[in-house]
Amino acid sequence: MTERAIPCSDAVSQLWDYLDRVLSPEDQALVEGHLAFCRRCCGELEFAKELRSFLASGVVDEIPAEVKERLERFVEEL
Amino acid sequence: MEQIMDEIAVDPEGERRAAFEALAREQLPRLYGLARRLTNDGAEDLVQECLLKALRSFGALQATEAGPAWLQQILVNAFRDRLRKEARSVEEVGVEEIDEFSLYRRVADEDPFPYSDTLHVDFLEAFGHEDVRAVLMRMPQIYRAPLVLRYMEGFVTKEIARMMDTPLGTTLARLHRGRKLFEREMWAYAEEASLLEPKEAP
Repeated sequence: MTERAIPCSDAVSQLWDYLDRVLSPEDQALVEGHLAFCRRCCGELEFAKELRSFLASGVVDEIPAEVKERLERFVEEL
Repeated sequence: MEQIMDEIAVDPEGERRAAFEALAREQLPRLYGLARRLTNDGAEDLVQECLLKALRSFGALQATEAGPAWLQQILVNAFRDRLRKEARSVEEVGVEEIDEFSLYRRVADEDPFPYSDTLHVDFLEAFGHEDVRAVLMRMPQIYRAPLVLRYMEGFVTKEIARMMDTPLGTTLARLHRGRKLFEREMWAYAEEASLLEPKEAP
C-alpha cells in the first residue's frame, strides 16, 4: 500500500472510474485513501453515486403507437 | 392458425422468419428507446437499419435468449457506422475546458433550494425523463454514446470499446469527458428550462 496522498482535484476526477472499478489497484487505493479523510470528496462521491442511479433510471423504453405500427409493418415486409 | 403452424413445422425458413419477427416485435420498444438516447434524430431509421442487418445474419444467432442483446449490438454498430459518415463525429472537446467543472460544487455554491436539507437529491429530482433526454441531446454524439451505453444500458467499458470500434483508452477518455459534459449541460439546462425556480405552493 502506497503512502502517497493525492489532492482533491485528482480524487474527484477519478471518482466515477473508482466506482466503475476501472482504475489500477494503486490508483484505486489512492482514491480510497483520500476519501478516508476528505469529507468534501465523500460528498462528491455520494453525488456521483446518485447521478449514476439517476442516469440508469432515465431509461424509458416507450414507443409511440404510430411508430410501433410503422416498424411492425416494416418487419412484416422485410 | 393450425395451417400456419403446419407450414412452419415443415418449412425451416418459415420457422426462422417467424422467430425473427417475434423477437423483433418484442424488442421494438427497447430498440427504439436506445436509438432515441443515441441519436438526435432518425431513431426510427436507425431501428429499421438494425432490423434489416439483423434479418440478414439471424441464422448466425445461436441462442434465442441472446437475441435482445444481439439486436442492441447491431443497433449500436449501425449507429457507429452512421457516426463515422457524419462530420459531427469529429466534434472533440478539450479536456481542459470541462475538467474543472463539478456539478456537486456548483449546486452547493449556487444553492438553488435554500430551504432544502437534501439539496443535491432535490436538484436531480427536478429533472423528468424528457429533461434527461434533452440534456443528452445537447452533448456531441461521440461523448453521449459511451455515457448512454455505460450508465443507461449497462455495458462494461471493454464492450463499449468493441462496439464503437475505438481503443479502450479513447473509450475511457470519452467516457470521462462525457460525464463532465453531462454534468455541465445538466446545470445549463436546469437554468435555461427554469427547473431551479421555486415551485408555487399548491
